Amino acid sequence: MSNLESLGHIVPELILGGMAVLIFLVAAAARKHMVWRTWLFPALTVAGLVAAIGHLCYHSATLSSQGAIFSGLLASDAFAVYFRILVITAVLVCVFISIGSSSLSISRSGEYHGLLLVMAMGMCFLAGANNLLMIYISLETVSLCSYLLTGWDHKRIRSHEAGLKYVLFGGVASGIMLFGFSIMYGLFGSLNLQDISVALNSNAICFSSVHNSALLLSLVFILGGMGYKIAAVPFHMWCPDVYEGAPTPITALLSVGPKAVGFALIIRFFYSLFIAPVTCSHSLETVTTNIPWLLILAVLSISSMILGNFAALVQNNLKRMLAYSSIAHAGYTLMGVIAGGQRGLEAVAIYLGIYLLMNMGAFSVVSIVARTTGSEDINVFRGLGKRMPVMGLMMTIFLVSLTGLPPTAGFIGKFYLFSALLETGGYWYWILAVIGVLNSVVALYYYARVMKAMYFEKPEGEIIVHEANTLPAAAVALVLGVLTLFFGIFWQPLADAASWSAAIFH
Amino acid sequence: MNYPTTSTLLSWMIFTPLIGVGCIGLLLALKRLLGLGKNEMDNAARGVTLIFSAIPLILGFMLWRGFDPSNTGLQFVHHFVWIRAFNIEYFMGADGLSVTMVMLTVLISFIGVIASMPWGIAKDDDHHFSRKAVPGYMALILLLEAGMIGVFCAMDFFLFYVFWEVMLLPMYFLIGIWGGPRKEYAAIKFFLYTLAGSVLMLLAMIAIYLSSNPTTLVDGTYAAHTFNLIKLADPAIFAPAGTILGFAFSKVVFIGLFIAFAIKIPMFPFHTWLPDAHVEAPTPVSVILAGVLLKMGVYGILRINYSLLPDAAVWASTGIAIFGTINIVYAAFVCMAQKDLKKLIAYSSVSHMGFCLLGMAAFTPQGITGAVYQMFTHGIVSPALFLVAGVVYDRAHHRQIEGFGGLAKQMPEYTGIMGLAFMASLGLPGLCGFISEALCFIGAFPVFQVLTIISAISVVITAAYYLWTIQRMFLGNLNEKYAKLPDINWRERITLYPLCAIILVLGVYPMPILSLMNKTLHELIAPMASMM
Repeated sequence: MSNLESLGHIVPELILGGMAVLIFLVAAAARKHMVWRTWLFPALTVAGLVAAIGHLCYHSATLSSQGAIFSGLLASDAFAVYFRILVITAVLVCVFISIGSSSLSISRSGEYHGLLLVMAMGMCFLAGANNLLMIYISLETVSLCSYLLTGWDHKRIRSHEAGLKYVLFGGVASGIMLFGFSIMYGLFGSLNLQDISVALNSNAICFSSVHNSALLLSLVFILGGMGYKIAAVPFHMWCPDVYEGAPTPITALLSVGPKAVGFALIIRFFYSLFIAPVTCSHSLETVTTNIPWLLILAVLSISSMILGNFAALVQNNLKRMLAYSSIAHAGYTLMGVIAGGQRGLEAVAIYLGIYLLMNMGAFSVVSIVARTTGSEDINVFRGLGKRMPVMGLMMTIFLVSLTGLPPTAGFIGKFYLFSALLETGGYWYWILAVIGVLNSVVALYYYARVMKAMYFEKPEGEIIVHEANTLPAAAVALVLGVLTLFFGIFWQPLADAASWSAAIFH
Repeated sequence: MNYPTTSTLLSWMIFTPLIGVGCIGLLLALKRLLGLGKNEMDNAARGVTLIFSAIPLILGFMLWRGFDPSNTGLQFVHHFVWIRAFNIEYFMGADGLSVTMVMLTVLISFIGVIASMPWGIAKDDDHHFSRKAVPGYMALILLLEAGMIGVFCAMDFFLFYVFWEVMLLPMYFLIGIWGGPRKEYAAIKFFLYTLAGSVLMLLAMIAIYLSSNPTTLVDGTYAAHTFNLIKLADPAIFAPAGTILGFAFSKVVFIGLFIAFAIKIPMFPFHTWLPDAHVEAPTPVSVILAGVLLKMGVYGILRINYSLLPDAAVWASTGIAIFGTINIVYAAFVCMAQKDLKKLIAYSSVSHMGFCLLGMAAFTPQGITGAVYQMFTHGIVSPALFLVAGVVYDRAHHRQIEGFGGLAKQMPEYTGIMGLAFMASLGLPGLCGFISEALCFIGAFPVFQVLTIISAISVVITAAYYLWTIQRMFLGNLNEKYAKLPDINWRERITLYPLCAIILVLGVYPMPILSLMNKTLHELIAPMASMM
């Protein structure tokens, strides 16, 4: 497929990028304090995002039918379409939560929304990236936007600190990943994932031990960069500080968007390299003898679940608690990657879709509480069930869903992950599944702590409630809460979409 | 058997309480518009709950009248495909076991709702649970009722699991918001224990699903695996084989499921959540907890462990009987040491659920019938016990057995009822507890002679702690502090007299319940009995 023809497959990215440029230009041209700035930029952003989602949905059949585009730089398949829709939705939700947020000044509204669009574009490219160079460039696009947006709240020192920490950690992580890429290029002489896969699998038998350890080294380095994106232990250090410091809408986005495409990247990278086109029987037992990538992922998964859940037990700041919980959720989701096959990847796709609903929902409630009380401490959540009954109810739904109890969507996600693990079967998969379910019991304790605060306890000291524009964020929470319940009872549409998206890798 | 839909009665029973929840929500949303004050709103919520828990009771009566005990298959089936991606069906049905439990559920829930009314509670007692956040309380009780009926009727494993878990949250909030001084601790302990069990059930459920053979869904379409409990009971569709972590598949899955259910029963050593939950829970919640929730554990073992994994059930039977005996004896001794009346009753529940375990482990017709009849009678007696404990607590604001004395003079009617409930609980002939305990012993004796003898002897301890309690509370000199305690009022009469009547009738003539379930239960244990 020629480059010109390929352009038709990146229309959503073009829309997002074009809209971002338009917004930057308008923002630069317009005077600082014009009234229409408050609604123009969000409206343009929403229009761009909706247009991109609409295009993806409407043309999903053609967009998913092609393999490689731009001479193999990008893949245009169902998997990419699913994750592009997912991340654009995440940005859309973020835009709505941002409206009325006290940490975002109106004078810089244009730049804020432009950066969100660029980030969406970067995440879309990352979802389809099929070439080491493309992976690096789109990953950096996403990262640079995240650094800027994390430090956006210039009135709060925590936000600055978070931004700087994020840059330092992120810079090191992507440097290490780049090093891994260079080793890989040295070994196989290509940046294209399919070419590397062919070279790897044809040489698999006569691969010398030196090559083997070089490959292992490069994989570990690359996994460092990817693990950093999904915030898996031991690459999670940045996560609690950044989540706590960043403006809440951005935290919501960071916890879902980059994480989702991080998983898309991990799946595409490892499954392109090790599964297709020559199938090696992939199970933890057999793979460990050659390149133990499944074992490495299993270790990451277990340590993320355990550390995330146990560290979350003692957090008093809600954003920090949700940061640790998102580390734990990265661990759960990795179980689906390890399970592999149609079921496993389907489970990852479903889980991330549901995770978007429940986690962004929880953050939107946190955002509402934070902008009316000026704090995210658990103390301001005490008595929320009485103060804001509807938001309290929604938060309860999200927390129950994050715990993974029926009849909420979170349970369906867990159910898919565990059934994928058990379907693949085998000793280590059972161990992993048992660790996973026991962890969700631990998780109950800290999620229930918030419910307890909302309904059982009275706040210490008086809570001063400010007037703030919370309507858009409340509407988002309501919609996400209803969807969380709906998909918990009838998830057939989600299952269909996920199984369609995962079909390419088996 | 494919069981096409024959009736939607069971679904109506489950979803009527949910409609009630919706009504309360609507009332809350329209509170300002309708100009309802706090009192009006509370009364409206109470009224809605009374109506929407009375309807399932009436429907339950229709179910009882319409149920044909001579038919061993499922009746009142409501069946359609729910989620095709995982071959999950919405499958409701009732056999003799389900019908018995559903009737118990609707009756006890209704009594629980009446016990939640503030009638006769002193006007100045503003902190009484029946005056606190009433709409939320009523909505949660209705939600709990829907979940409980659902568990007893669901014939699809996935659906069963969903209902099983749906009950956790209402119970957590009911204990945590309306409970006593240590309510938060008790609520989270209940939640964590039960969830720890049910995650094991989740894994076992998935494992069973994945090892089932192809079959068809209710609409005739092909299904590679199934959650249908009736089909899974067929060895042609589900025959456990292979290993998990190096152990036999059926044994691992059996243990996973058994722990989940044993926590709910609660079986020693998983019983420690129960005394805490009971002591802190408000009276109606204790009533429902003891009356219905504990039965789910035994029900789950019978419905899932026994019918799906008969060979593992035979393998585990001695263990179940031993744990049953430990429950009976250990909890009875613990009861002797209790100072708090409610804690005493809670431990006596642990002890009495042990009879179920002992009876059902023997795989004899008498044993299994005794076990299920014990579930039913305990479901009638223990609510009565918790209600009588609630009566003194409402009046004296404490439950210390030693703190009372000579109440018989002051509250003769109350003393009579409490005596009847105690006697029924300790198994006095002529009252319903005797029949079920006797059946359990008769059924278990041929198989587990030593254990049965030990258990039977420990009934003496049961008698001892009850009689000692009566002596300390009702006999002797009247404590001056309580010289003005009023006898029971009309609300308490409405809740207690029906239960007392049932205790008496079923003690003399148990056939209405026994005939309902006999055929189903005999069919249930037939595979195990042939293996023994």
